[in-house]
Amino acid sequence: MASIKMKPVDAVVIGGGWAGSILAKELTEAGQTVVMLERGADRSTASDGAYPGSIDELEGNFRHKIFQNLSKTSVTIRNSSDQTALPYRQMAAFLPGEGVGGAGLHWSGVHFRMPPDDLILRTKVKEKYGEKFIPEGMNLQDYGVTYDDLEPFFDKAEKVFGTSGEAYTVNGQVVGKGNVFAPSRSDHFPLPALKDVYGANMFRKAAEEVGFHPYAMPAANASAQYTNPYGVQMGPCNFCGYCSGYACYMYSKASPNVNILPALRPDPNFELRTEAHVLRVELDGTKTRATGVTYLDRNGNDVFQPAELVIVSAFQFHNVHLMLLSGIGKPYDPVANEGVVGRNFVYQNVTTTTAWFDKSVYTNQFIGTGGGGVAFDDFNSENFDHGPLGFIGGSPVWVNQAGIKGIAAAKIGGPPGTPHWGSAWKKAMVDTYQHSVRMDAHGTNMAYRDVYLDLDPTWKDAYGMPMLRMTFDWKDNDIRMNRYVVSQIAKVTKAMGARDVHLGQRQPGEHFDTRFYQTTHLAGGAVMGDDPKTSALNRYLQSWDVSNVFVIGANAFPQGTGYNPTGMVAALAYWSAHHIRTTYLKNPGPLVQL
Amino acid sequence: MRHFKRGVAAALFGGLGVALAGWPAMLPPARAQAPAAAAPGLVAQGEYVARASDCVACHTAPGGVPFAGGLPFALQMGTIYAPNITPDPQTGIGRYTEAEFARAVREGVRRDGASLYPAMPFPSYARMTDADIHALYVYFMQGVKPVASTVKANSLPWPLSMRWPLIGWRMMFAPSVKDAQAKSARPFDDPVLARGAYLVEGPGHCGACHTPRGITMQEVALTGADGTRFLSGGGVIDGWIPTSLRGENRTGLGRWSEDDIVEFLKTGRIRRGSAFGGMSDAVGHGTQHLTDEDLHAIARYLKSLPPHDTTQTPWRYDATLATALHAGDLSARGARTYVDNCAACHRTDGQGYPTVFPPLAGNPVVMDKAPDSLIHIVLTGDILRATHQAPSAFVMPGFATRLSDEKVADVVSFIRKAWGNDAAPATAQDVARVRKALPRTEGDAAVPLN
Repeated sequence: MASIKMKPVDAVVIGGGWAGSILAKELTEAGQTVVMLERGADRSTASDGAYPGSIDELEGNFRHKIFQNLSKTSVTIRNSSDQTALPYRQMAAFLPGEGVGGAGLHWSGVHFRMPPDDLILRTKVKEKYGEKFIPEGMNLQDYGVTYDDLEPFFDKAEKVFGTSGEAYTVNGQVVGKGNVFAPSRSDHFPLPALKDVYGANMFRKAAEEVGFHPYAMPAANASAQYTNPYGVQMGPCNFCGYCSGYACYMYSKASPNVNILPALRPDPNFELRTEAHVLRVELDGTKTRATGVTYLDRNGNDVFQPAELVIVSAFQFHNVHLMLLSGIGKPYDPVANEGVVGRNFVYQNVTTTTAWFDKSVYTNQFIGTGGGGVAFDDFNSENFDHGPLGFIGGSPVWVNQAGIKGIAAAKIGGPPGTPHWGSAWKKAMVDTYQHSVRMDAHGTNMAYRDVYLDLDPTWKDAYGMPMLRMTFDWKDNDIRMNRYVVSQIAKVTKAMGARDVHLGQRQPGEHFDTRFYQTTHLAGGAVMGDDPKTSALNRYLQSWDVSNVFVIGANAFPQGTGYNPTGMVAALAYWSAHHIRTTYLKNPGPLVQL
Repeated sequence: MRHFKRGVAAALFGGLGVALAGWPAMLPPARAQAPAAAAPGLVAQGEYVARASDCVACHTAPGGVPFAGGLPFALQMGTIYAPNITPDPQTGIGRYTEAEFARAVREGVRRDGASLYPAMPFPSYARMTDADIHALYVYFMQGVKPVASTVKANSLPWPLSMRWPLIGWRMMFAPSVKDAQAKSARPFDDPVLARGAYLVEGPGHCGACHTPRGITMQEVALTGADGTRFLSGGGVIDGWIPTSLRGENRTGLGRWSEDDIVEFLKTGRIRRGSAFGGMSDAVGHGTQHLTDEDLHAIARYLKSLPPHDTTQTPWRYDATLATALHAGDLSARGARTYVDNCAACHRTDGQGYPTVFPPLAGNPVVMDKAPDSLIHIVLTGDILRATHQAPSAFVMPGFATRLSDEKVADVVSFIRKAWGNDAAPATAQDVARVRKALPRTEGDAAVPLN
């Protein structure tokens, strides 16, 4: 295999998902030459979303067609520091993507703005409950940016994504029936909210009845045809339910492929190289400056791409992995409690409750849209008093009926205790599939000193690199939060008139179990902040240590959030790009002086 | 656009043997000389004329260098290949003088005096002005890189391989430059209309597809002054039927505004329908590059053409079948097939989601006298291509392997009947005929990447 040196470019972007596509678009608009490296295949609606072949549940959700090839690289996982981690060899708990579009192609479409209090959570908790309220071992931090800083970029992302939703306040004026806890917006959603599916509508009415504040979930599944500011177009969602795990054949789920790349690919300053697996960011002798990246091309050649600016914008844990492999920033040491890369690794704390109804109530769970549904935020963020409850964090609660397809329905089967085969299983399927509603408590997971990412000392990937090791387990604070919020759901299911309910709650002392799907919303590990002792990136997502490296993704979240991460990732990408364009390119160097 | 030329060539050879009054071509004096470097403005102007004339469509092989030729025109009796028109002296047109170039473009005579096959639309190009021809020549000589590429030899058997019979065809059907230019100089009330007429009848060669042809394959009218058959809708080309560009209410542009036509030529997608078939190439290679002024001129001129078919009642939306579908009544012929396969994008009310998914209600293609285009697109699907101003492409899947001839006939009949369309139904025999005649490949269409 040859060693190849490419012609230098202004910027190299690692990863062809939302963050990479946004940065590549912004940088080419600024006149930069950009090479985007994507280790997977090129993907498009015409090839991966071709109707009707693409709506194949076996291929999409069970054989994981557009997800990472775990036979090449994966992570290793353990619950605690005294264990030896084992590789994650089969897709289960979380589903990292691969190929152009990345997670932005396989996501469902839920598109939130971050709650303002979540961005300043440490400050807020200290102010409301005192510093002693923070449990020992919890690394509670602020982001270093506020909602007001990010508002123009949340707005921009929604307009690019064609997001459907209903505002509560625009410029401080109440304008609609949106989320009463949501911060004021500078503009309406670009598209009206999606219609409620029947189960979500039942949930809406019941939640209102018990005094909660339901609203239509903001969704990047277009409620009508749409043309975004780049001139690219989306079709309307038809509620087929083939969102998460699929390239949407209706062009209605926002993705980098549909919403950004059509405007980016024709730009002569832009080049996309697929099947280019980045091994590391190369640094100069001072270790304070990146000179480019080294990757393996599809033929196994070792390629060096020199660049003035390196954008690390792969999936959350790949970004952390690349920083560790490249020596960017000080690796986290949980014993000494020093270093930042790998610190504050977090997950999301999701449990599902099911309510069953009489057979006269048809909930038609096969209908759905990935981002749509009805939620209430009465127990999310700082919207409620945590003082007497004694935990930090919260959960939005929602019916996000994304279309339960045949195989998934069969696996779910009937209520707990029903056999998973035979006539009893069949009867339960008939009795329940069309007559049940599922709802999630989609909660936060806080950051802890002994939950982190590092390089595995035992396992190497197919490229000879040490694998990334996750040390993760559920903690008492988060389990108690979940149990409290889920107990509130019982009020709603009662008002819905359910004949039977299974409350999905975490059990005290429960351990993280990788065998069951929970969510792909992994975050943290290379977080943003104002203090280089507790953050790997400054508030512009620039490495504190190597100033021509920006690391864009959910890795920047200092702790978990109750919302889905994509809206925040996109806003951070536009925020970072804005400051690169307006400040960094004019005078390259650290954007924050210490 | 290239599709139609294949069709024309095929049909021409089918009907050859008529009108063979030939005499040797006069060879012009060969005085090839490199033109002096022209002002860059002239090169750009020539490039614009090349866009307006859509040269690239035929003179580029699939995936090949623009203008280097090689596009095959597969005919039943053999294959002919479009020539290399880059300025390479050996394999291209590098040795053409401007006069030779003008004669080839406007009169269909090659430098060596042989006749060009009328796949080259010289009967339309005949009216191109000397200024446009000059700019075009300068562009090809100075703005196009020479590419040394020998195009495959045509594989036509004798006697079809002889070009001399084409001389007679030219004499009978191709106007002289002088006559053509004189006709283009006919008086118009409005200079915009005059410009539009020139673009449509001349470089744009719209009639090559959209005007019916006679038995010997000549267009029955070459200009708006030749009667209402001009642009009244052409014959089948690669299974597509070019619609009327005249003022018919249902099957023409009667309900399209000037702005609709401009937007359509720019983006291929408007509230009334989307470009597909051969028109995708025409928009992609040609019209999207024209200025707003020229597009308005084209649109205004087309809007000035009265209907050829004067019997059409105005189309009005009729909600009867849509209401039935909403109520779950699928008893109409083809209704269930429509709901199961088409309605997600085109809606049960036939309105579609323009400009993403086109409407079928009131769409002129849908109401055409012949159902061929509709049958074709149901069978093969098609691609609404990206343009500079509308960078998203949209793909319609084909249903050839999923729906039988009967089912296709049912659904096409449903679409032609519903929403006030009231066009004649299609039969399974129609579908079988179209299916059989489908081109073996659907061109060189690259899969869109959005």
